[in-house]
Amino acid sequence: MSEATFTIRRGGRDGGEMVAYQTRVTEGMVVLDAVHQIQAESAPDLACRWNCKAGKCGSCSAEINGKPKLMCMTRLDTIDITQPVTIEPMRAFPPTKDLIADISWNYEVKKRIKKFKPRPPDAADGTWRMQQSDVDRVQEFRKCIECYLCQDVCHVLRDHVKHDEFIGPRFLVYSAALEMHPLDTENRVDELKDEFGIGYCNITKCCTKVCPEHITITDNAIIPLKERVVDEFYDPLKRLVRLFRRK
Amino acid sequence: MVEYQTYEHDVLVIGAGGAGLRAAIEASAAGVSVGLICKSLLGKAHTVMAEGGMAAAMGHNDDRDNWKVHFSDTMRGGQYVNNWRMAELHAKEAPDRVRELEGWGAVFDRTKDGRINQRNFGGHRYPRLAHVGDRTGLELIRTLQDHGIHQGIDVHMEVTVISLLKDGDRVVGVFAYEREHGRFRVFKAKAVILATGGVGRAYKITSNSWEGTGDGHALAYHAGAELIDMEFIQFHPTGMVWPPSVRGILVTEGVRGEGGILRNSEGKRFMFDDIPANYKEQTADNEEEGWRYVAGDKNARRPPELLTRDHVARCINREVKAGRGSPHGGVYLDIAWIKEKLPNAAEHIKRKLPSMYHQFMQLANLDITTTPMEVGPTTHYIMGGIRVDADTQASTLPGLYAAGECASGINGANRLGGNSLSDLIVFGKRAGEYAAQFAKENRHGSIDSTLIESEARRALEPFDREAGENPFVIQNDLQDMMQKLVGIVRLEDEMKEALDGLDKLKERTAKSSVTGNIDFNPGWHTALDLRNLLTVSEAITRSAIERKESRGGQFRDDYPDKDPAFAKFNVAVKEVDGQMQISHEAIPEMPAELKAVIEEMG
Repeated sequence: MSEATFTIRRGGRDGGEMVAYQTRVTEGMVVLDAVHQIQAESAPDLACRWNCKAGKCGSCSAEINGKPKLMCMTRLDTIDITQPVTIEPMRAFPPTKDLIADISWNYEVKKRIKKFKPRPPDAADGTWRMQQSDVDRVQEFRKCIECYLCQDVCHVLRDHVKHDEFIGPRFLVYSAALEMHPLDTENRVDELKDEFGIGYCNITKCCTKVCPEHITITDNAIIPLKERVVDEFYDPLKRLVRLFRRK
Repeated sequence: MVEYQTYEHDVLVIGAGGAGLRAAIEASAAGVSVGLICKSLLGKAHTVMAEGGMAAAMGHNDDRDNWKVHFSDTMRGGQYVNNWRMAELHAKEAPDRVRELEGWGAVFDRTKDGRINQRNFGGHRYPRLAHVGDRTGLELIRTLQDHGIHQGIDVHMEVTVISLLKDGDRVVGVFAYEREHGRFRVFKAKAVILATGGVGRAYKITSNSWEGTGDGHALAYHAGAELIDMEFIQFHPTGMVWPPSVRGILVTEGVRGEGGILRNSEGKRFMFDDIPANYKEQTADNEEEGWRYVAGDKNARRPPELLTRDHVARCINREVKAGRGSPHGGVYLDIAWIKEKLPNAAEHIKRKLPSMYHQFMQLANLDITTTPMEVGPTTHYIMGGIRVDADTQASTLPGLYAAGECASGINGANRLGGNSLSDLIVFGKRAGEYAAQFAKENRHGSIDSTLIESEARRALEPFDREAGENPFVIQNDLQDMMQKLVGIVRLEDEMKEALDGLDKLKERTAKSSVTGNIDFNPGWHTALDLRNLLTVSEAITRSAIERKESRGGQFRDDYPDKDPAFAKFNVAVKEVDGQMQISHEAIPEMPAELKAVIEEMG
């Protein structure tokens, strides 16, 4: 058993400061355990979000030593605790209090994406037939726990603050899950190009690296969507057809 | 004068897990205005933790399955103190509710002929659980959430209800606070649906998140509604036991459904030693037959690891107490052994149990494809809850409905794995439908503003007191005590000691104080949650003392056998003049046609 120092952002929407807390460290502890221990010992008003504590709900997203991670899945024996460990809220969103960020923007974005629209049922009893191989790709995207760490790390949002023009990796994955759903009949390619700003993504793959569900966001979701946009709008032959159609 | 904002909805749903979301969708579809209160953010409720699947007798993997088998499995698992009408409705309606999810975008694992794939689970005679790997709960909540956000439901996130507001006997709204700034809110509603989930945080070792503090149970109780079956707590047999910080986190029953076996420190597969008489005919008596069942042989009987949860948990407890446990006080759950049977076992395990693989890899440095896991019982679910009408989910108070874990009846003394998710969608839908109907037939009631004043004062008291105890410390002590005195194995003397302990904890809570300001203050939130935890802990303890027998989730060391006299009623608790009053609710006679079903199914 040893002691470690955690430097945690304290403060509200208008600003904050980093405050150091010491607590003991035992075998197998994760960062969220340390935060809970600090709450119980010395800072009961320290605000953090959490629910499942098993990497399944995506509530406890934070920046640990500057890296976007889930606090519940970050074991202390995987980071250097001989130095103070910094814990801060996600920076791509406004801070609310202490470790909590205001992520309400994400909920607004999701509403703007057209909902699932299935084809008519395949069987008389109102059900559909799909092979496992047809749903494998979509199931990968549907593993998403909406922790928004991919949004946090994306430079288009984090550094360039394009929240009004770009929906971010999470909602490109969400769009991909709908677009590639074997039963879906909706078309979302127009808005991906114009309203959702898919062109801003320059495939640096930072989102893929931080995804706690190991979804290959860039390769499997974003790039195929980009290809659909290209097919639809920049294929020379199709452009020609569109030109005539408009007339 | 206390300041608060007022909101008005026809139907107000409290809780946004599977049951709450399904209820909100149904009420909204019925054309009434709907408000949905989430204790956390939308999509984070405890339903995401459900792993194995949802039980529905669709018969895709074995066409011998139908609602009758599911009904009789559920009654047998619940030791026949279930509300038989709920068990009947559930078995009949679950298949439609699951298919409906597919129409809303859910993507279940598939059978070879392209239908929804179904897996084996404890207590279910045939493969019955529609599933998505081992993350079925996430699929359910996300499907309902993504469908629900386009239905015009008003979602109030990070809002916690402090009390129900009544006009006479009728529930007409709720008093609540929002977390970010601690501001009070009053919600007026023509009908209120409680869908707040469970009570796991009353115990130290639990699979439940911080939200599982029995809010709906306690709110209904303090408003004068009846709770039943509160003694029946499900200790899930397989929670993680090591390292200490993850103790209690769930290891899905799906591991056993895919062929995982339980062994003690001597390497013995101890579940073969103790097969209850009423399951003997359905259970394999040798290892070879057990594996054949898991591998899909329709003539094989299921392995004893897939007996009901109450039984498996007690067997594990017995092995550990007898000194045959693993180094950290559990037993071994081994899925890696299937490599003897399957050529590509490691890939198969990762594909069928991906989150278990990651959970153990990341939290315990253990590869489940090569090494057995250490597991032990963890507080998982409460069968007891708000007494409701089977068809409408109406509580004993007009205007108040309940669905999901906080309601009671379908599970009896023990819930079968997989019946929870299907319960949420079957009875969530019904609650939404009938609450909407009630809202259409009634006007808003009137709310007494003096009550709001007094509730607000009570809520703020912890800020007025100085140098009192930290609520987190009191909560820890409560959890330790309940774990020790009202846990898996119960004794009258210990439970009476727990009642004294609860009195002392109530006194300490009344003197506790919180520091800091009212903005997003977890210490304050915990102080408020404590009231609910203490209420449900008392209800659990008093009900457990009252039931002087062992049945399902209740095991009494001083009354180790089932007593037929206790099969005739449910234990009920109700608040009368500030005191908890216990009564017996007779279980109505089962109609002849359902009796015939049970006899037919053996």
